[in-house]
Amino acid sequence: MNADPRGVLTGSHFLDGDHAAAEGALAAGANFSAGYPITPSTEVVERLAGRFPFTGGTFIQMEDELAASIAIQGAVWGGSKALTVTSGPGFSLMMEHLGYGIMTETPFVLVDVQRGGPSTGLPTMPAQADMMQARWGSHGDYEIIALAPSSPQECFDLMIRAFNLSEKYRTPVLLMMDECVGHMLERVVIPSPDKIQIEPRRYTKKGPGEQYWPYSLEECNDGDLVPPLTKVGEGHFPHITGLTHDERGYPAMNAKSQAVLLGRLVDKIRKNADDIITIEEDGTDNADVVVVSYGITARVCQPAIAKARAEGRKVGFLRLVTVWPFPEKRIRELAGRVSAFVVPEMNLGQIVREVERCSQGRPKVRGVTHAGGAVHDPEEIYNAIREVMG
Amino acid sequence: MSESYEATVTDPVSAPMTCDSNPVEDWLRMDRMPHIWCPGCGIGTSVNCFTRAIEESSLDRKNIAIVSGIGCTGRVAGYLLLDSFHTTHGRALPFATGLKLASPKTKVVVYSGDGDLFAIGGNHFIHAARRNLDMTVLCVNNFNYGMTGGQVAPTTPEFAIASTTPYGSVERPFNLPYLAQSCGAVYVARWTVYHVKQLQRSIREALEKPGFTFIEMVAPCPTLFVRRNRLGDGLAALESYEENAVIKNGADTRECDLGMGGPIVCGKFVDIDRPSYLSNQVAHLRKVLGDRYVMPDAWQGVVE
Amino acid sequence: MVETKKSVAPKAPKGHVVVNTERCKGCGFCAQFCPTGVLAMSKGFNLKGYHPPIVADAAKCSGCDLCGMYCPDFAIYGVKNGRKPGGGDL
Ligand SMILES: Cc1ncc(C[n+]2csc(CCOP(=O)(O)OP(=O)(O)O)c2C)c(N)n1
Ligand code: SF4
Ligand code: SF4
Ligand code: SF4
Ligand SMILES: [Mg+2]
Repeated sequence: MNADPRGVLTGSHFLDGDHAAAEGALAAGANFSAGYPITPSTEVVERLAGRFPFTGGTFIQMEDELAASIAIQGAVWGGSKALTVTSGPGFSLMMEHLGYGIMTETPFVLVDVQRGGPSTGLPTMPAQADMMQARWGSHGDYEIIALAPSSPQECFDLMIRAFNLSEKYRTPVLLMMDECVGHMLERVVIPSPDKIQIEPRRYTKKGPGEQYWPYSLEECNDGDLVPPLTKVGEGHFPHITGLTHDERGYPAMNAKSQAVLLGRLVDKIRKNADDIITIEEDGTDNADVVVVSYGITARVCQPAIAKARAEGRKVGFLRLVTVWPFPEKRIRELAGRVSAFVVPEMNLGQIVREVERCSQGRPKVRGVTHAGGAVHDPEEIYNAIREVMG
Repeated sequence: MSESYEATVTDPVSAPMTCDSNPVEDWLRMDRMPHIWCPGCGIGTSVNCFTRAIEESSLDRKNIAIVSGIGCTGRVAGYLLLDSFHTTHGRALPFATGLKLASPKTKVVVYSGDGDLFAIGGNHFIHAARRNLDMTVLCVNNFNYGMTGGQVAPTTPEFAIASTTPYGSVERPFNLPYLAQSCGAVYVARWTVYHVKQLQRSIREALEKPGFTFIEMVAPCPTLFVRRNRLGDGLAALESYEENAVIKNGADTRECDLGMGGPIVCGKFVDIDRPSYLSNQVAHLRKVLGDRYVMPDAWQGVVE
Repeated sequence: MVETKKSVAPKAPKGHVVVNTERCKGCGFCAQFCPTGVLAMSKGFNLKGYHPPIVADAAKCSGCDLCGMYCPDFAIYGVKNGRKPGGGDL
């Protein structure tokens, strides 16, 4: 399906990542957002609040992030495409509702423009320190989809991708920005609506009064683990609960139902990891060392890699566009033949643990940490490359 | 239904078996019965009043959504054969807010407990009432947290015993009608589940009134609050409501505090008109943006 | 459709009550608040071990359905004779 032209601001613009993300949401067909102001994410909802009245959408500022993150889910069941946007402290408050969205299979996009933490931390300065919270922040077991843009252009592009994945897999998707990409101004090209592919919401084909179960795979092809949705007012009378439920949506609190439900919830992501995962590679084919990074830090790595290559070193580069699910298969393959991974990230060691896990002790894994507040000095990354190469 | 069904009819001869079923059943998910509520719990009684009120109202079943939080009362959503949402603890109102904004044709009813709506959800309540978005909030006030074992709630009367105030609570409870009125609710009433007829009528009025409407439904939690405070059982509680109720329509909500064994002022206290969020929003954006304003598709023909 | 005669005899009950004994949890609301004293609590038990109500004086039933409104377990309801439960005409 092509994008609805109402939301698409076709043209070449000079935008920061926050504004580009808002345009991405509009282009993806989002027509509802609820938010609560928090630096450095606020510009996203400010732009939505300004633009929605011209595109047939609605923004409401709620009383807190708990409210914002559940109001959007009410809106989805009311038939909207919805997002909420936050940063560190607000991201923490939204965790219960991230779990609710996963459990009830409510598609929406949650944007975290990361800043330094813990607690109030560094409100106006960058970090990439919520990456593990993105993975495990809500209680219980689940799989999550998280994307990490490296530029304003990608804030736009990946916002659309985030919405598409959320509809395809009927699950919340996280867009993990950081203060740098959120606030940096760059050229953003917004294509014409016919060049933007939109994953339409899959609604049940059942008519009013026909028996519809919100978690039944009856209308799915073999192997498809994503049941079709409905919305209010259709005469389907679904019951939606965050309790462990059966395919009717009715609470079914026992070990067997838990195993069946959670099994499907993780499998719908795990079994489709190849479809969900996007990575970018450069010079990994005959590399000795591969630098693995994401978000703004992936760009900060470039001078370091260029310098090492200029010295004749075989340095590859792998950028995680999709951070979760983690591109395990590819990292394992590389681990079989490279001598080391270098993992720069703006935190004290998060994604580096995933790389270590997938390396299983074979190549060296060297994190390049940074407590946040500023990007790395590329020199530190260069030094790490040199160090692992001996 | 799997349970054995034995029907007793008063006089099957002069009274033909006209009764195919209990009228409430039409509104219930009978495949989920029996429900979880204890003997003599007032929640079921409030549900009877609610289903009879919708039956009597002009509302179309397809266009009613019920949203609950978590608690014994929070389970109401799961038993009603409507579009029904059992959300998270305290957050029924913001969920309902998003739902209503996305689908204004839907009558959104929030049905939840006193702890859910006024402790963890208290912030949402005051803002929802302030916004005056069209929705009806039905609160079962059983003076404690039933679901988790009878802990103290923001409605627990002074000196009453709860599991976490074993020697009596010393906090002053909320006076819910006063709170609701202060925050901007356009319709505020209180009834006990003894007052089934009045409650039914009141629910219907609240459902049919535009704006944020609120009804406090005083109900027994016989298993925990009633027993722990040595007030007998559910029936004794209803009898005490009968005895202590003072019906005073239009009463000053500042005088509606509830204490242990004191009077229970019941009635319709507030019934005023105030532009609702949606009509205000549309009128204002039309004024400011003129023809450039694009109303959401789902609002067309519903919001004026 | 059966045509229902109104007031066949001056003493004919105006309504009747239906009890789903096995769904009852014995709270006693119905018997206590029936305005005409139609119901009494049985000394016997249902399968769950609760005392359900019994119809002690059928002739007095008006079919007002107050018992139905009070019952927290949806186990009883009253109907006016010649009407559908909930009030619609037959
Ligand atoms: C975030 C969160 N905190 C705590 C709980 C545990 N909890 C479940 S219900 C409840 C209280 C419910 O009280 P009330 O709203 O009065 O409902 P009642 O059971 O009395 O009808 C609590 C504290 C929870 N489910 N979620
Ligand atoms: S614990 Fe109390 S509120 Fe909960 S079902 Fe039992 S009586 Fe009702
Ligand atoms: S009100 Fe219902 S549950 Fe209570 S005794 Fe009567 S029939 Fe039984
Ligand atoms: S229908 Fe009315 S009169 Fe008849 S038993 Fe029930 S409460 Fe009593
Ligand atoms: Mg309670």
